[in-house]
Amino acid sequence: MAIIERPSTEIAVAGGAPSGVKPSEALGVFKRPAASTSWKDWLVTVDHKKLGIMYGVAAFFFFIVGGVEALLIRLQLAGPEGKILSADQYNQMFTMHATTMVFLFVMPMVSAFANYFVPLQIGARDVAFPRINAFGFWCWLFGGLFLNSAWFLGGAADGGWFMYAPNSSTLFSPSHGIDFWVLGLQITGIASLTGAINLIVTVLNMRAPGMKLMRMPIFTWMTLVVQFLLLFAMPVITVALFLLSFQRSFDATFFDVAAGADPLLWQHLFWIFGHPEVYILILPSFGIVSEIIPVFSKKPLFGYPIVAMSGAAIGFVGWGVWAHHMFASGLGPVSVAVFSMATMAIAVPTGVKIVNWIMTMWGGKLSFTVPMLFAIGLVVQFTIGGLSGVTHSVAPSDTQQTDTYYIVAHFHYVLFGGAIFGLFAGFYYWWPKIFRKQLSESIGKWNFWLMVIGMNMTFGPMHILGLQGQPRRMQVWTEARAGEGFFNIGFWNRIASLGSFILAVGVLLFIINVVYTHKSKKVAIAPLDPWDARSLEWMTANPPVEHNFDSIPTVNNLDEFFHRKYAEDPNTHEVRQVATAEEVLAELNAHPDEHIHMPSRSYWPILVSLSLPIICYGLIYNRLLMGVGAAFLLLTMFGWAMEPSTAPDDDFDPPAPGEGGGHTKELAPLG
Amino acid sequence: MSTATEHASHTDHAHEESHGASDKQYVVIALILAALTAIEVSTYYVDFGPLFMPTLFVLMAVKFVIVVSYFMHLKFDNKLFSYLFYTGLILAIAVYCGALATFKFFLQKG
Amino acid sequence: MADTALAHGADHGAHHTTTGLSNNKLGMWIFLGSECLLFGGLISTYMLYKGRVSTGPQPDQIYDIPFTSVSSFVLLMSSLTMVLAVSSAHRRDDRNTNLWLTVTALLGATFVGGQVYEFTAFYREGLGFTTSLFGSSFYTLTGFHGVHVTVGIIMLMALVGMVRRNRIPGSKAETVELIGLYWHFVDIVWIVIFTLVYLIPS
Repeated sequence: MAIIERPSTEIAVAGGAPSGVKPSEALGVFKRPAASTSWKDWLVTVDHKKLGIMYGVAAFFFFIVGGVEALLIRLQLAGPEGKILSADQYNQMFTMHATTMVFLFVMPMVSAFANYFVPLQIGARDVAFPRINAFGFWCWLFGGLFLNSAWFLGGAADGGWFMYAPNSSTLFSPSHGIDFWVLGLQITGIASLTGAINLIVTVLNMRAPGMKLMRMPIFTWMTLVVQFLLLFAMPVITVALFLLSFQRSFDATFFDVAAGADPLLWQHLFWIFGHPEVYILILPSFGIVSEIIPVFSKKPLFGYPIVAMSGAAIGFVGWGVWAHHMFASGLGPVSVAVFSMATMAIAVPTGVKIVNWIMTMWGGKLSFTVPMLFAIGLVVQFTIGGLSGVTHSVAPSDTQQTDTYYIVAHFHYVLFGGAIFGLFAGFYYWWPKIFRKQLSESIGKWNFWLMVIGMNMTFGPMHILGLQGQPRRMQVWTEARAGEGFFNIGFWNRIASLGSFILAVGVLLFIINVVYTHKSKKVAIAPLDPWDARSLEWMTANPPVEHNFDSIPTVNNLDEFFHRKYAEDPNTHEVRQVATAEEVLAELNAHPDEHIHMPSRSYWPILVSLSLPIICYGLIYNRLLMGVGAAFLLLTMFGWAMEPSTAPDDDFDPPAPGEGGGHTKELAPLG
Repeated sequence: MSTATEHASHTDHAHEESHGASDKQYVVIALILAALTAIEVSTYYVDFGPLFMPTLFVLMAVKFVIVVSYFMHLKFDNKLFSYLFYTGLILAIAVYCGALATFKFFLQKG
Repeated sequence: MADTALAHGADHGAHHTTTGLSNNKLGMWIFLGSECLLFGGLISTYMLYKGRVSTGPQPDQIYDIPFTSVSSFVLLMSSLTMVLAVSSAHRRDDRNTNLWLTVTALLGATFVGGQVYEFTAFYREGLGFTTSLFGSSFYTLTGFHGVHVTVGIIMLMALVGMVRRNRIPGSKAETVELIGLYWHFVDIVWIVIFTLVYLIPS
């Protein structure tokens, strides 16, 4: 599973049209796919950049799906005695909204950024196991589609996103919705686990010369921590999901109270996964803003080692707090006290980061571009969400707050105001590198402000609603029970629902921005380094060529790209620009590497992953189909294993400097 | 050509040394493991009294570490592998014992 | 040109990496670290539930310790033969590599056969998958382990075939070593299961 070489002549294209493509030699059973720029290329690619784009586009689609689910919920609660959704539909809606947002939007969007940028940030040409990377993507996509197919097949899962037992059993939830949920998450879980192994090995083993761990950009650091969290947390939910599916499909007794089972087992298993999961959701956005704030403050990140280490600390301590989701479940005072203290402790490394970001901005030359606005938005809104989190850590007060809208407010502040704002910051920041154009700043500002206003108007009142007693998952409210006074439950629900539509308009503006930027002829192609950035991913073409770097840079500093553009005068200590981005790139490409080995395209990843939903549909409907799926799995795995991981030597020489526009590269035939 | 084979065998030799035991030593280790297993099984037949649980736990841990250190070469390989594997192991023991503790599992009699 | 190609090809067994360690080996150890969390969850579920038997046979009534001891011994010995296979692979001794790989697979198959026999015996004595919490957790835990062993056997046989056809490019020894790591892991999980599940009665 090392870097795979191709035995044929091919043309690797990064934007132009291919002028002629020779099919590859026959290897294994069928011919290995040859290069092209058609849609077929996307099905067989193993290029981390293409996979990143695919993750991003698909994840954004699911963001809209989850957003529509949210808007339906808010419509239902926009007035008294809402009739938009029946109770059963409502249960499905909040379950799927959360499941979609967590597993099908934030996690894959994080994968999108990590896949695209981690190899570039460390000066590598791809990840350690490119075919497994592709396999992970297809598993995730098929799992997400499988999960959502439940909507059309008798109803979606309806047990809430943490699917508490025994409510999740067939007795209380007889439709197949939960089966789709369980199996769909198992399939997507494969993507997370294999992605974790891939990225950990990549970051540990494939860094450019001189790229010590303490010279890596913070986004890569946070990604590394997150992969370790995924690595160890995914198996726990895998166990929980297996136990639940064995109960639902084979009548095992794991959560059957009559047989003596303990529903708390599910809660422990789920939250041992679930708490690291929320750090998995937020740390990458912390990484993104740690890149953005220094660039737009024209200052290096304050306390880089502390920021890196506090991320690791959050990851580590995060394993010890899971039962704070269970304070009201009857654990007993000793357990509650232990977990309460651990939860208070974890606020410390997070607070440290907030301080570091603020200190980075302090005294800096700030420019409030849209990425910077979203980054600052994260800092402010995550702090608010973190503060409500600290109130949860106080177990007695959590006993009132738990299962109310106060909790809903908390996690939407940290997840939407934190994680999602970070992702939007990343969109605006890295868009020119990926897609060659900068998104419009003016539309972007409308996008940002409407999202801020919408977000705070939606989730701010939820703190009050929670304290007024509105429980989670409440399907409908009535005027009679909305409480006394003007500012009662009814009032705040109306405000929150209005806010959600303002938020939706804000998100819509992002889509409009994308469409406008790419359709408009007036928007110019972006320069190589539009933001005057600091890290290696900017030291590439727009977009980067397939092999990322003509020559792998040698790294001598943290913020290596910055140090190539700027130098400090030893006498006056004045920092002056000594080279432009274009000059730095030209110098890097002046002596291109020889014998570049790139991984080859392959159709096995998509084929192997296709077998998984077949097996799962079979498990639900028809055991024969399951057998067919299993056979297909074995055959395709065998085919993959037979595909050589190292084909005969296939050298790739970039053109000499001055030749070509740096976009089309011809592979030299074997001598 | 002969230098190539010499070089190959030399690297192989160095390669082997970095990989710990010889075949004969592996057989000895396997015999030790078998003996430890025999002692474990003997707890089924012989009354160890209060030493029953500690003996089994110690034997289990010793066998585990022997297989990991010698058969899986962890003792002779780069420490990074040990850190990665033992982190997973210790984390698993910690969280699961924590969860079981909340069920008052360790306070039960018998 | 041929010489450079050969020399270059010889390097492919050991890619240059930042840590100097092989990507595949690093990946395998990381994977095994995560598997600890998987089996830990199944073992904990079993430990929690084994004492809460409402119906059906109890653990100490149904276990056949002598039989399972022999099974455990077989699996333990398969670790030895696996190590001998890896050792042969390092010496580039294809014949003995395949010999020891095959013996390992046979011992593994014997173990799995023993498990199947044990399960059918338990079933006949009244312990089904759905009989009780003990039944569900026991069969799930040992079943997962058995599936892991079976996957291991399939990989071993595939490896034998590939060694015979010289189909493993690069460092063959490393591939054997990595499958060996997986096999030993499955063995150490059984070391834990044998003690916690069988020898410590409920």
